[in-house]
Amino acid sequence: MRRSWLKVMAVVLVASWLVMPAQAQNTLPANKVFRFVPHANLAVLDPIWTTAYVTRNHAYMIYDTLFSEDAKGNIQAQMVQSYTTAKDGKTWTFKLRAGLEFHDGKPVTSEDVAASLKRWASRDAMGGILFSFIDKIETPDANTFRFILKEPCAIVLDALGKASSNVPFIMPARIAATPGTEQIKEHIGSGPFIFKADEFKPGSVAVYLRNSKYLSRKEATSGLAGGRPVNFERVEWVIIRDPQTQFNALQAGEVDMVEQPSFEQYESLKKTAGVKVDDFSPAGYQYVMRFNHLHAPFNNVKIRQAAMLAIGQQAFINTQVGIPDLVRACRSIYPCGTPLADENTSYFTGVANPVKARELLKEAGYDGTPIVMMRPTDLSAITKLPLVAKQQLEAAGFKVDLQQMDWASLVARRAKKEPPNQGGWNLFFTTWTAQDIGSPLSSAMLNAKGATGWFGWQDEPRIEALKAKFARAHEGPEQKKIASEIQALVFETAAFAPLGQYRNPTALRSNVSGMLQTAGVPVMWGLSKN
Amino acid sequence: MASFLLRRLLAVLPVLWVVSVVVFLILRLAPGDPAAVIAGNNATSEDIANIRSQLGLDRNLVSQYGIWLGKVVQGDLGYSYYLGKPVLELITQRMEPSLSLALGTALLAVCVAVPLGTLAAWRMGGWLDRSLSAFSVAGFSVPVFVIAYALIYVFAIRLQWLPVQGYKPLFGAQAGSVWDWVRQLILPWLTLGTIYIALIARMTRASVSEALSEDYIRTARAKGIGEMAVLLRHALANAAVPIVTVIGIGVALLIGGVVVTETVYAIPGLGSLTVDAVLNRDFPVIQGLVLFFSCSYVCINLLVDVSYLFLDPRIRH
Repeated sequence: MRRSWLKVMAVVLVASWLVMPAQAQNTLPANKVFRFVPHANLAVLDPIWTTAYVTRNHAYMIYDTLFSEDAKGNIQAQMVQSYTTAKDGKTWTFKLRAGLEFHDGKPVTSEDVAASLKRWASRDAMGGILFSFIDKIETPDANTFRFILKEPCAIVLDALGKASSNVPFIMPARIAATPGTEQIKEHIGSGPFIFKADEFKPGSVAVYLRNSKYLSRKEATSGLAGGRPVNFERVEWVIIRDPQTQFNALQAGEVDMVEQPSFEQYESLKKTAGVKVDDFSPAGYQYVMRFNHLHAPFNNVKIRQAAMLAIGQQAFINTQVGIPDLVRACRSIYPCGTPLADENTSYFTGVANPVKARELLKEAGYDGTPIVMMRPTDLSAITKLPLVAKQQLEAAGFKVDLQQMDWASLVARRAKKEPPNQGGWNLFFTTWTAQDIGSPLSSAMLNAKGATGWFGWQDEPRIEALKAKFARAHEGPEQKKIASEIQALVFETAAFAPLGQYRNPTALRSNVSGMLQTAGVPVMWGLSKN
Repeated sequence: MASFLLRRLLAVLPVLWVVSVVVFLILRLAPGDPAAVIAGNNATSEDIANIRSQLGLDRNLVSQYGIWLGKVVQGDLGYSYYLGKPVLELITQRMEPSLSLALGTALLAVCVAVPLGTLAAWRMGGWLDRSLSAFSVAGFSVPVFVIAYALIYVFAIRLQWLPVQGYKPLFGAQAGSVWDWVRQLILPWLTLGTIYIALIARMTRASVSEALSEDYIRTARAKGIGEMAVLLRHALANAAVPIVTVIGIGVALLIGGVVVTETVYAIPGLGSLTVDAVLNRDFPVIQGLVLFFSCSYVCINLLVDVSYLFLDPRIRH
């Protein structure tokens, strides 16, 4: 009898050991926990050190910005309460909202703002342009900061409200004192979520808790601007690399949102019970083909123009995306649907014209030098583009040497200025969010400073001069006119070729509502779960 | 015994040194530049050059290797270019999921495959033997990811008995219950275990059937020893050396197998760390991992060699 009791007790003990957690964990109601699968692994946490979108999106969780872009693309005050501009346009005074507080309990001060902006400007192109206008930043009191400009500048608000990488996030001055070339070690912001550093496992999970002290604006939420109501106590970013596993996890209800499901799953997702498809970034993305201006044959403008004539956008977007609802041809270098878009693109029609391209190629004296075209085999977002380009360029008479490599090899090789037969290249492809290339000052491809410019190293002082003029021009028609002049030069010099636009919708559980349409950033505020 | 172990351990050092040199050279001479990956799409060549300089990648290879080796000797595997964390810490952090997956798979494979292989050898040509042969062919032929998706579809999506993905640690602040841990790993164990069950069962069947045809088995049976004792004490015991060898090789091969399984089941182990490090050209992490895997491989081989001493008394003499 006694032995039987002992056996029962042993079984109970073992069973308890099996089912009891090692440590008691707080259990939150299911609708207060949100699980999100980002488009990439969150490895780097410093949004100034890297331009990676996944890091930018992480930063929007924990940091706040001085200004933000609303759903219509207008810049609205966020941390700033009010601002004034002197009559001569050279002094800008900003007042911070009262009561702003970092996650460590310290108040947000003008010193923090000044230090954060300096660090941002040391890395960001648009920040660098803004700071080239700034003579000094004054901080007369804890809630006030002032820009003293050398001359009037039209891009102050656009730069401070820049929505995409690098974004001028505000962090404590002691952290912002880290040089922009080094990663910060603490991740303390004043945004709507607090980063749980102790639960962060790169490649696995990043955890955020609701910031109960967050001072949300009273205005209605619009894009990235306005109020930021948080309906979850805990948000987990779950890193799932495999697209099929992402799909399965969403279907099984293990995650609530997959940021970028693959295009191949689009139709299945729309038909899956308990899952819906929505779009937080209606402006979308643009594919681009970039020439290397340093070496033959693309050091000849006519040969570059011939290549642009050979390109037909529809084939690129059909092959790479393949879903008519999600793509559109767009000849403008500023994405269609954004304020500066202009489809007046002279000879570039976006429709393949191999006959005309062949004629121009002959006129330019193309000697049959093979074009070294780089194809990233592991980057599904753009891996099919080079295959289409090869076919279209060959149809126009080009000889193409398609070289396959992984993305890490490609980005290393595209930085090489040597001739293609010595490890260099002639052509590569990439994709940009609309926000990154919506302005001449933020678009890396419009960096035409030659050897110190962007990969491809176009040396075109006229573009640089127009960019400087753009920064000084009044917003509206005047800036739009200059942007169009820049575009005309881009096509005249055949700097690069736009290959069409696409959207990449997100997939959510059906019980999730309130997703905001933003400038390409998936935000966790405004969302709720039934 | 002690001198045997010492000799074997000393022999490992040159192997590890050669591995470290080869890996270092392959990484540095292969295409790809961590600085270019870190710099991102907006960078210029100048930005990349600055990052290269900060990472010390502009130094000559001998100097880079010397610095790295000097630190390794002191137990410092360096810092990840990306994560800014010590490589040793990253490996330690990811060890539990990978060990859980690999050792659980090995245990499952041994527990299932050895009895099955033994029984198949005992009743050669019977239904069990034929079924095992068919299973082995299928186990070797079907890719791991196909098995994984099939299991997920049936047990996680249709029946909803088990989770699709993830890992619940046994230890630490986020630890769950033992059942939580087991539940997350059942499908990965089955996925990865299939090929190893096939491998070990085939080897067990072949070894035991060979032993069963030996004279000493006939003698044992003639002495009237029971069939089960003949099978276990005489046949299986004498077939143990090749079986243990293949189990050792199988465990070492698991290191490669966990990469695919961890990716499909989103398990944050050493496999996914390796994939990320390779894709980002995170040299210190790759070098640290290869060194770790090499040490593991060597240790497993050593354990297998030591086990021979116990399994086969002739080797001791």
